[in-house]
Amino acid sequence: MAGELKRTQLYQWHVDHGGRMVPFAGWEMPVQYPTGPIEEHHITRRAAGLFDIDHMGQIVVTGVDAEAYLNRLVTWDIRSMAENEAHYALMCYDNGGIVDDVFIYRLPERWFVVVNASNLDKDVAWMQQHVDDFDVTVTDVSPETYMMALQGPQAIPLLQRLCNADLNAVPRFTAIEAKVAGIDAMIGRTGYTGEDGVELFLPAQHALTVWQAILDEGANAQIEVAPIGLAARDSLRFEPAFALYGHEINEDTTPLEANLSWACNFDSDFIGRDALLAQKAAGITKKLIGFELTERGVPREGYVVTDAGGTEIGVVVTGLYAPTVDKYCGHAFVDPAHAKVGTPLHIIIRDRPKAAVVARRPFYKPSYR
Amino acid sequence: MKYDSNAKYLKSHEWARQEGDLIVCGISDYAQDSLSDVVYVELPEVGATLASGDIFGVVESVKAASDLYLPMAGEIVEVNEALIDAPETINADPFGAGWMIKVRPSTPGEWDALLDAEAYQAAAEAE
Repeated sequence: MAGELKRTQLYQWHVDHGGRMVPFAGWEMPVQYPTGPIEEHHITRRAAGLFDIDHMGQIVVTGVDAEAYLNRLVTWDIRSMAENEAHYALMCYDNGGIVDDVFIYRLPERWFVVVNASNLDKDVAWMQQHVDDFDVTVTDVSPETYMMALQGPQAIPLLQRLCNADLNAVPRFTAIEAKVAGIDAMIGRTGYTGEDGVELFLPAQHALTVWQAILDEGANAQIEVAPIGLAARDSLRFEPAFALYGHEINEDTTPLEANLSWACNFDSDFIGRDALLAQKAAGITKKLIGFELTERGVPREGYVVTDAGGTEIGVVVTGLYAPTVDKYCGHAFVDPAHAKVGTPLHIIIRDRPKAAVVARRPFYKPSYR
Repeated sequence: MKYDSNAKYLKSHEWARQEGDLIVCGISDYAQDSLSDVVYVELPEVGATLASGDIFGVVESVKAASDLYLPMAGEIVEVNEALIDAPETINADPFGAGWMIKVRPSTPGEWDALLDAEAYQAAAEAE
């Protein structure tokens, strides 16, 4: 990527605490801390992990036509959402390919859309391009909005100690505006790890105050909490089978192929719907599966998948050692004829076929489900 | 970062230490730290005969796969089977319990060509 990498307000904190900084979506972000990605993963599942995810983008939509406009752009029927509710959705192209996956919050007087860092500019352009005759204002508020996440079974008890609102009154997939460590924040009971927890949206200049307050309060209250890097964030999102743009989804993949039909409401007239309905009728030619190796080896993105007879049938899009389930596993796109759970496969690892089997997704059931 | 002064090294981060008439090999502390968490290791068959510089195995971390190069030619006489189930031992104790193979050198003079700890440290830190 051309140009200088951007740094979050917490860049120096990460460096001072041994964060290993790597380029990610135009940003310099910590991929891990000295604790190491596997232990960071376990800490999040057993206690609480704190994530700097300020690279992610936030877009606000306001105006009298905001609901109708946004409903045309995303696959979920947002008209059914109550105030302060949050929902996952996709933005699709006319051909059904995916522009981005987004989290939408219906806040009082505005819609708040959280998008991937790598897609922010593209998303803003796409949204601006579709304003047409709608009376709406689309604003990229990413620069002034700081985003961090606190995830894990201890996330709510820990944050409660710093928050003036009753977090038990905030159900999963809703949001509340309250103070965290004295700072005005929008708190979403959301996240992308398969654990309960929150995503916090704050004025950017207060990022370090809130970040440090959370870690200090963990120490005071003897609640285990640690900063978590991108590597563990990837294994944490993989186990509950959450898609990551550029891997499970992209502009050449449709929601039907990526097992994301549940995020589409075909009664709603969204961009890409007709193409998806046509694809539904015709049948898909590739399908996202989970697989696990039945012999040892580490699958990685880009590795070829063959059937048991050695014929190429697909490609790995995420591959890793998954710490909680303690398996070498991944996601792959394959010919749908080979997508049934239990189907034997081979993953070609450094020119050698390793035995694998189509596995049930998710590998890890989210704790809040 | 630790550098075992009793060991000699390859620039590719493998170490070798003399143990009687055998050599024991593994990867350095610098290597395990650069790799990050090790999740898989593949070691050779006991009895295999390899030349110096041959690939004797593979170590895979959360980040990447790296080939392992043999410091001295010879016969593989023992492999550390415990690493198969506990590859994280390589991170925890790279010069001790994280050893990988024992070799009966066929060309003992190759020892002299390996880097000593000081030269290896300089090479590693220049990376």
